[in-house]
Amino acid sequence: MAHNNQLDSWEVFMQARPGANYIHQGSVHASDRKMALQNARDTYSRRGEGTSIWVVPTDEIAASNPDDAEMLFDPSNDKIYRLPTFYTMPEGAKQI
Amino acid sequence: MTQQEALFKYILRLGDNALIHSHRLSEWCSNAPFLEEDLALTNLALDMIGRAQALLQYAGSVEGKGRTEDTLAYRRSERQYYNNLLVELPNTDFAYTIARLLFVSAFEKEYYAALQNSADSTLAAIAAKTLKEIKYHFAHAHDWVVRLGMGTEESKQRVQNAVNDWWMYTSELFEMDETDEQLVKDGIVPDLKALYPAWLQAVTDTLKAASLDVPVSGYMQTGSRKGIHTEHLGHLLSEMQYLQRAYPDAEW
Repeated sequence: MAHNNQLDSWEVFMQARPGANYIHQGSVHASDRKMALQNARDTYSRRGEGTSIWVVPTDEIAASNPDDAEMLFDPSNDKIYRLPTFYTMPEGAKQI
Repeated sequence: MTQQEALFKYILRLGDNALIHSHRLSEWCSNAPFLEEDLALTNLALDMIGRAQALLQYAGSVEGKGRTEDTLAYRRSERQYYNNLLVELPNTDFAYTIARLLFVSAFEKEYYAALQNSADSTLAAIAAKTLKEIKYHFAHAHDWVVRLGMGTEESKQRVQNAVNDWWMYTSELFEMDETDEQLVKDGIVPDLKALYPAWLQAVTDTLKAASLDVPVSGYMQTGSRKGIHTEHLGHLLSEMQYLQRAYPDAEW
């Protein structure tokens, strides 16, 4: 097996403007936090996108298994009373 | 030498330093140790070529003979270049490239901070814009020198060799000739000698953080203020200028 000379993997999240949600951009390789931030900056924010960057070690992300999607997500699909659109708006009410 | 001639020659020096360093960094394109660093090094090269373009364009307008940034970049021979010898040296390996970036960015960080106060408003504006980029260049170089110094035995030895071998090219950064003296007097450019203590401090701090030795200054290389270069610049220019030399005025 080839020697693994790739550095650790980090997930990159960027905020487009102050107050906005951080959005996942992709990933970079880096050996430490500082390098991860610099690599994220050089890879994803060279054209003025973004006001702030988060980098998170890929290993630290707990991900759900796609096989569990049925269990996790399907039950909510057939209960339309969970959705606000199920209810008719009372006459004259501006908000529910 | 008139003020205009002095200014022209001085701006060429600034522009040439950016252009030639940029070219060396661009040689890493597709050759860097890994993808992210490949992007980082070529991003630095792009910063520098932008700076070179602004400076050489200004040099052309100061000269007033209709030369553009392209004419100045592609139609001068090596003896008409005034970049410091350090930036024209071959990349050698990643450690040498990073050691050079540390030496140069530590200098430029002080230099462009001082140039912001220039009595020449164009130079002051270019300096303000450049300074933001240089701070990142220095941070990138600093972090890598520390990483290499604190890495493996081999990475430490390689970066120490680079620092030792290229130390003799660092005093040229602070050399002043009659153009400097003329322009310093009028508050157009900073006194380079005054920047040396801060440079030495910054470089020493980085080397210490990397557990590397600070070399003892001995024989120092010189020549570029007079347009005298190492044998490497001619080869670099022959590649960089090839297209405009072979097909003058070629456009796409």
